[in-house]
Amino acid sequence: MNKEETEKIIFQLLKKIAPETEPSKLSPNENIRESLGIDSYDFLQFIVALNDKLKIEIPEEDYGKITSFNSLTDYLLKKQR
Amino acid sequence: MIEFAMPSLGADMADGTLVEWLKKPGDQVKRGDIIATVETQKGLIDIEVFDEGFIEKLMVEENTKVPVGTLMALINPTKKTELEKAIPVIEEMPSIQPTEEKVILPSIAERIKIKASPLAKRIAAENNIDLSLIKGTGENGAITRKDVENTIGHKIPEPEKELTVLATEQTKEESISNTLRAAVAAAMSKSNREIPHYYLEKKIDLSKALFWMHDINKQQPIEKRLLPAALLIKAVACSLREVPELNAIWDTELRLKTDINIGFVVSLRNGGIIVPAIHAADKKTVAEIMESLNDIIPRARALRLRSSELSDSTITVTNIGEGGADLVYGIIYPPQVAIIGFGSISEQVFAVKGLIGVHPMIQASLAGDHRATDGLTGSRFLLALNNHLQNPEAL
Repeated sequence: MNKEETEKIIFQLLKKIAPETEPSKLSPNENIRESLGIDSYDFLQFIVALNDKLKIEIPEEDYGKITSFNSLTDYLLKKQR
Repeated sequence: MIEFAMPSLGADMADGTLVEWLKKPGDQVKRGDIIATVETQKGLIDIEVFDEGFIEKLMVEENTKVPVGTLMALINPTKKTELEKAIPVIEEMPSIQPTEEKVILPSIAERIKIKASPLAKRIAAENNIDLSLIKGTGENGAITRKDVENTIGHKIPEPEKELTVLATEQTKEESISNTLRAAVAAAMSKSNREIPHYYLEKKIDLSKALFWMHDINKQQPIEKRLLPAALLIKAVACSLREVPELNAIWDTELRLKTDINIGFVVSLRNGGIIVPAIHAADKKTVAEIMESLNDIIPRARALRLRSSELSDSTITVTNIGEGGADLVYGIIYPPQVAIIGFGSISEQVFAVKGLIGVHPMIQASLAGDHRATDGLTGSRFLLALNNHLQNPEAL
């Protein structure tokens, strides 16, 4: 899956969790959870949904590596290789 | 004959509107079955039945406002619903209070049930259309939205009609959000007015608890991962066994509760909170509490809870979660006598046995009702809570 498709999936899944927000307007290095008001429970649902869609299991110790849109996209692209 | 009355839906709700009966006369019911849905300030609530038997008679019409405690149905504990018994039973019935204007008086003849889709009923109600005058074209003669709209005589073009429905849904959501705000406002004002709160707080080292949790999570598939909230709820439940005075209600005196049902504050994305109960939390494992959260949180956010989940809490837990404020002081939800608050977990310098280190810490607070208990009781509770969180494998 290329960068564009991965980004599209991230937007879709974030929109599902925070429907009243506009994830595509996030700036690349903004903290996703803070900006979209995503709590621990919703974040876990997001991780579960990413695993469903991309078959990438993100371990808890990597949560710190995926805080912004850029870092999350890079992380997922690396894992897909 | 068992009288089934509209259950309490929490201290801040006096009534609800019966939207739909999910059981009909003759149907068998058992404890926990959902008998009806009722619309309230806290959304559409599934009303559960707490007796076993067969529905003898439904006493309230759909779309009727039903005050808490109103007789809703008669349940026959024996196998047969005996129609011939209906007359003496009804004679024994207490007369319906005159204030409940829309409650339908029981009639001997079985009332004629009009079949219509919920949307059709709503549109009809909004336009003051009598459904009994409409001939249904749906399944088994059920009245559909189209039938109602044809009666109204407004021939709305298709796309516009969809928009109308959408707009109605949106207004409805907004109005639920407003009424929910009003319910929270009423309960919290009552609490602040009537309950003399005392506050205590304790810093708790979560190193061991989080290490234990991460270790479990490594061995689990993602969808079974635990969150700190599940551990905190379990630790609160275990501590309440040791300090039962806080698992209680105040009703001119302290009344202890046997079951430990933890009300967990769920915040809604559009504002407002809802506090569903996790039943018998002390008897559940941490994994089972996580399962309860996975079940309850999405339903709470969709405003689809069951009556027992809104009425059975014996204490409340509010958890700020990751990345938020360090500490929260709760306001007690009456008639409960305590609320436990957890701030967000953060790394802090902390000394253990003379050794300074950086530990994941949480600040726990307790707001207690000073009419019911004293600071010493609250302090004992926070100590117990700390002890349980230092021994997570025993939770």
